[in-house]
Amino acid sequence: MSADCETCPANTALAQMGLDVSAFDHLVALAGNPNTGKSTVFNALTGLKQHTGNWPGKTVTRAEGGYQFQGKRYKLVDLPGTYSLLSASQDEEIARNFILFGQPDCTLVVTDATCLERNLNLVLQVLEISDRVVVCVNLLDEARRKGLSVDTRQLARELGVPVVGTAARSGEGLGDLLTAVADVAGGRVAVAPRRVAAHSALESALQELLPLIEAAAPGLPNPRWVALRLLDGDQRIRQALLNGELNDIAQRQREAVRRFSRKMAVEGAQ
Amino acid sequence: MTTQPAPTGADALLARAEALRQALPENFRDQLVQSLYAEAEGVARRAVHPAGERRRDWDGLLDRLVTSPIFGLPIMLLILAVVFWLTITGANVPSALIADALFWFEDQAAALFTALGAPWWLTGFVWHGVWRGLAWVVSVMLPPMAIFFPCFTFLEDLGYLPRVAFNLDWLFKKAGAHGKQSLTMTMGFGCNAAGIIATRVIDSPRERLIAILTNNFVPCNGRFPTLIMLATVFVAASFPPALASVAAAGSVVMVVLVGVLFTLAVSALLSRTLLRGEASAFSLELPPFRRPNLKQILYTSLIDRTIFVLWRAIQTAAPAGAAIWLLGNIVVGDQSLAWHVADFLNPLGLAIGLDGVILLAYIIAIPANEIVVPTMLMVYLGVGMMTDTPGFTELRALLIGQHGWTMLTAVNLMLFSLLHNPCATTIMTMWKETRSLKWTTLGALGPLAIAFAVCFLTASLARLLGWA
Repeated sequence: MSADCETCPANTALAQMGLDVSAFDHLVALAGNPNTGKSTVFNALTGLKQHTGNWPGKTVTRAEGGYQFQGKRYKLVDLPGTYSLLSASQDEEIARNFILFGQPDCTLVVTDATCLERNLNLVLQVLEISDRVVVCVNLLDEARRKGLSVDTRQLARELGVPVVGTAARSGEGLGDLLTAVADVAGGRVAVAPRRVAAHSALESALQELLPLIEAAAPGLPNPRWVALRLLDGDQRIRQALLNGELNDIAQRQREAVRRFSRKMAVEGAQ
Repeated sequence: MTTQPAPTGADALLARAEALRQALPENFRDQLVQSLYAEAEGVARRAVHPAGERRRDWDGLLDRLVTSPIFGLPIMLLILAVVFWLTITGANVPSALIADALFWFEDQAAALFTALGAPWWLTGFVWHGVWRGLAWVVSVMLPPMAIFFPCFTFLEDLGYLPRVAFNLDWLFKKAGAHGKQSLTMTMGFGCNAAGIIATRVIDSPRERLIAILTNNFVPCNGRFPTLIMLATVFVAASFPPALASVAAAGSVVMVVLVGVLFTLAVSALLSRTLLRGEASAFSLELPPFRRPNLKQILYTSLIDRTIFVLWRAIQTAAPAGAAIWLLGNIVVGDQSLAWHVADFLNPLGLAIGLDGVILLAYIIAIPANEIVVPTMLMVYLGVGMMTDTPGFTELRALLIGQHGWTMLTAVNLMLFSLLHNPCATTIMTMWKETRSLKWTTLGALGPLAIAFAVCFLTASLARLLGWA
């Protein structure tokens, strides 16, 4: 870390809290492909020493840690590394269910700058489920070594969510990352996540289901994705619809929107 | 989770979704994945640009070398041998120093107790029982672990382990097991319980069970000290001093290879009998070689692994030391309880080329394999007789001279240590991961049966050929 970064307010405001996750203000989920340095990011933020190793699939248990940044306490949950959220492996199920039902205030997706294309598959899938997402383009040092540069602004424009470049091993970019997570979790940035278009037959089926979903669970943040899952015969989502879990999510979303608009109104009046 | 009645409209929605689902083209899922990939590809293309000069592709060259069909396996064995050699030669001196210090303390403390008028049994129980158990475990285990674990973590952080999996994949496939089993097997060198937890990376339940049941066949860190001691005392001693440590490392590599062989053989047996099925295809990502972070390596290997394993060993060594002292000091008839039990076990022990004391040590060491050698030595030595530092020369004199050990005893003890039942922690982990009494029992007793059978065979063969 350079001298500038160490004195930067963004960095000095970080207080690693290790295993202390009591009374947190925001819940942050940490997702990403295997072996992108997710555990390194987790350790850098929480001050914990979760084992890192250079082989995919090494984190087999869910880890939790806490940190404090600019007066807010965050609980960080490290999800298993997965390449997608589509197929039915145990890890993908755990990661997907947490992003959906755990309702994190922000999902931080860690990606590998040296093979961004493969990593973006997961990012796009996370964006289908949640709009409170920050993308971390990690391993920038390795990408530079391989003669690659990543245009994070261009990425942010296309994905519709904040994108921050980092080299977590040396601490590069972590201050910006914390700020981005704080902004998204606190609802201070407008997000417009990119959603993948469907081909026509599927699209018309989706359009037919959307009003029905809106009726059954009004205000759901991701009705399109839910429609897709139902069309795919996803048992877990069917169950969530029937037992009211989806309604809980919708309820929380409505409250968040109300809080946000009230806050805007108050701030606007000042 | 809430238990409200189903929201209004939910049933209608599900019915409609099901109807639409039937009408969708069969490959709609594939098409969806394809458009996802196309999208990702487009976004990545617009955001990633070549910049600066690409350096020479050393990584690619290195990769081709370490995963080459010709050099891959020899390089792997060489690296393994170097790690063991470093461990064996590096651990000698610190082991002796730590033993000196701890046993000196035992003498001083015992003398102090006696001077203060403490009863002999209290002095014996605390210092010659509990303390000695601890001293042995710390001096025998700490130095090898403090060398082996950093080496292992270095290879792990470098990215070498997935290459090992790549090299061994075809072997596991032939055995009807999952290629990732070579990864979990490698983890087993550190700790079998950790290796069994790591099998979660294997998706197929059948192949995961195979990986769980066979993980025990690679010697974990609790068993390496036993192997290294035997290699040093018996194998190295029959070579000239210059070659001794190399020979010792070589013989440990041999034992490891036997372990891998049993892993494969038992996997093959299971996948053709109890757990029949095809090996599933998987893609293994070879991560880039990364320069390991020294601080991280030291932290992970010393705090997470070494101290963790040592602490566990200490927790079991102290009560075991106490138990041995009691067994050795409660005299029934003309000899101690320990020798009564050992005598009882002796015929069985001799039949498999070991003896009763060794079997007794293995029974006491079920909680943790680390204390097999200390237990054995304490029973052999009796109480209060061990005033000298137990250096390797004294050990040799004791085992060969006084207790009739032969090369067969050493070889069979190595085999027994490699193959016998997993420690209590590993058995508990098997239970937690499988939640099945049947598989846990098989995982615990299967290896024990194999260990007895193999040792019986080698002993009979050696005796038949007149070697022992």
